[in-house]
Amino acid sequence: MAWLTEQEAKAKRKTDIGPPHYSKMLPPVISKNYGKWKYHEVFTPGTMVHVAESGDKVYTVRVASPRILATESIRAMLDIADKYCDGYIRWTTRNNVEFMTTREENVPLIKKAAEDAGYPAGGIGSGLSNMVHTQGWVHCHSAAADASGLVKAIMDEVYPYFTEKKLPAKTRLALACCVNMCGAVHCSDLAVVAIHRKVPEINHDLVKNMCEIPTTIGACPTRAISPDPAKKSVKINPDKCMYCGNCFTVCPPIDIHRPEEDGVAIVVGGKVGSLRKGPMFSKLAIPYIKNNPPRWPEVVSAVKNILETYANDARKHERIGEWIDRIGWESFFKKTGIEFTYQHIDDFTFARDTFRTSAAFKW
Amino acid sequence: MKKYETPLLNELEKGPWPSFVKELKKAAKTSEMANDEVGQLEKSFRDKRGYWKHGGIVGVLGYGGGVIGRYSSLPNEFPGVAHFHTVRINQPSGMFYKTDSLRTILDLWDEYGSGLTNMHGSTGDMVLLGCRTEALEPLFAEVTSRGWDLGGSGSALRTPACCVGKARCEWANIDAMDICNDLTQTYQDYVHRPAWPYKFKFKIAGCAVDCVASIARADCSIIGTWKGNIAVDQDVVKDYAKAGMNINAEIVGMCPTGCMSYDGKTLTIDDENCSRCMHCISKMTKALRPTGERGASILIGSKAPIVVGSLLSWVIVPFMKMEPPYTELKELAEKIWEWWDDNAKPRERIGEVIELKGMRSFLEAIGVPPQPQQVLAPRKDPFFFWKDEDLNGKK
Repeated sequence: MAWLTEQEAKAKRKTDIGPPHYSKMLPPVISKNYGKWKYHEVFTPGTMVHVAESGDKVYTVRVASPRILATESIRAMLDIADKYCDGYIRWTTRNNVEFMTTREENVPLIKKAAEDAGYPAGGIGSGLSNMVHTQGWVHCHSAAADASGLVKAIMDEVYPYFTEKKLPAKTRLALACCVNMCGAVHCSDLAVVAIHRKVPEINHDLVKNMCEIPTTIGACPTRAISPDPAKKSVKINPDKCMYCGNCFTVCPPIDIHRPEEDGVAIVVGGKVGSLRKGPMFSKLAIPYIKNNPPRWPEVVSAVKNILETYANDARKHERIGEWIDRIGWESFFKKTGIEFTYQHIDDFTFARDTFRTSAAFKW
Repeated sequence: MKKYETPLLNELEKGPWPSFVKELKKAAKTSEMANDEVGQLEKSFRDKRGYWKHGGIVGVLGYGGGVIGRYSSLPNEFPGVAHFHTVRINQPSGMFYKTDSLRTILDLWDEYGSGLTNMHGSTGDMVLLGCRTEALEPLFAEVTSRGWDLGGSGSALRTPACCVGKARCEWANIDAMDICNDLTQTYQDYVHRPAWPYKFKFKIAGCAVDCVASIARADCSIIGTWKGNIAVDQDVVKDYAKAGMNINAEIVGMCPTGCMSYDGKTLTIDDENCSRCMHCISKMTKALRPTGERGASILIGSKAPIVVGSLLSWVIVPFMKMEPPYTELKELAEKIWEWWDDNAKPRERIGEVIELKGMRSFLEAIGVPPQPQQVLAPRKDPFFFWKDEDLNGKK
């Protein structure tokens, strides 16, 4: 294949056509039974069946993926789909891959083929699904930690909860490599969010040439940035700055990176479904753990500790947030052995709703 | 091709979970760009920091989004990632693919880019990770001439996303995939040409389980629901009990409204008190199903923390019928955008503007009356406004 010339590209290009219609992408059993499904049954964390009113069945094998995929790997998945699934494949909203077939005998074959290619089956039901994450050092300017590396290290450790072991309820892990949170970290059962901890340093000589001052001032959520006319630059009020890095995004000479101070916080107890308690935000469990690549052992063991404390203590069908609501945050800190610090006490937008207004609590 | 020593990244090729490092290295076998991505990433792991500059303005002619500029801050050391732009390809609703259709994109990406992808990005697009500025126009022509298009970025309508919906889920109350596709096609101009104060996202979930995190991640959350009773198949309830389910503890005892009872033989639901949370239905899917009218609850405003704290979406329209061509939904969306555009400062999401201007001002502007379903509780303080029309008894 050769690149199109400028003229060829101009002649060929179309605009505003949108994506292909989904009906062209559906396996025949899905098209036939669209909107007419009766029930489903989960066999294992990696396999399930959906049964239609017509009696038709579609078996699904769900497999893990690291989200970053080389074209070569996707082709290997497509080959499996051609061999066993009549040439159709699907991705889930949590970056898992789904192979669907009407032939039950294909299920173990698909599972084996995917596992041989390096993508193990799992992620359905009361356990872990894939960990949603962001770009990290692979591709983002504002990352305070890597994303894929932390996810790989964490998922290696809690792997059995993806493939076979049960938890009290489904548990959604997520990771964001900065507070922009390009992923549902703020409403996940257990999530890692990378943070900066120091006021950025300004290279004033470069600010003059590279940055628009009003935009830079406007980017700050806490109004910590003001003009510095003498230097034709800006200054930052250290009492107001909470290190979000928004200014760095619009003005690169305001450098937020501090490799020895950057790291991650761990938040827990969020969910998005309305089941039982309704959607919940994740709350701060651990304010800071240093970056320790390539495998971040301190973060991995903190995640495992929270997950296993929950697994041992929660009632069936209780999500992490529901479990903590029932036992109380004071018990959460006691049972997990996590230290409670000033950082845990809110002083931002909704602080007063989080202070205790009852004399009933636990020791 | 330059050979990089990667002792730190090599550690992440070990272990049972699929390795992103293996993926990077697969692409690096044939792509200089992917190879330099590996080299730069190893340096990031060593120095504990990223080496990317924020993107400048790059894109394709006539569009203001769909491509996110990305440049290495170390272009001399890693020339392959000097340009490493992201191209967002709008996914088909539901993320089903015919294999030959997806192969077309892969072949093009090997030719024009790094061979690295994200399947998928957080908003739902297929993300092609890493190409040079001069590749954008020819790649765009190749992609669009084969029936695909770019997704949204910047202060635009972001690529709408949905759950699997009626394609393979018995709980879907609305045709999430069709609504998603319809909105995407109707508002192509808003997707491709950023014209708003900030981003705006639609996510469509078939039920309150919300597999697309619509209530947490969409400025406009469309969540399927019903008005009617839950039909109970008592024989199947007995099967669940026989199979070992403790119906009183797991179903009745966990019902948030206490609207269920079970005497060991019959499961009874007081439907008037049911809040349709989906707990019982999700645990006893063979025995319980909604009946009656189907539609969606429309919620507004959710977002991640930047700038003034994260928000979950708020109910504005408790129930709306969802039949093609979804005119009522579109009219509502257009009123929402008009009010937002009139009232927002740059980089203010709709939820933040509602907080600043007040929910009343917003609801009046979009023509939605006050209803108790919109609030958890009425206000507790006695500080409230009266307008002339309230005093004149017009409202």
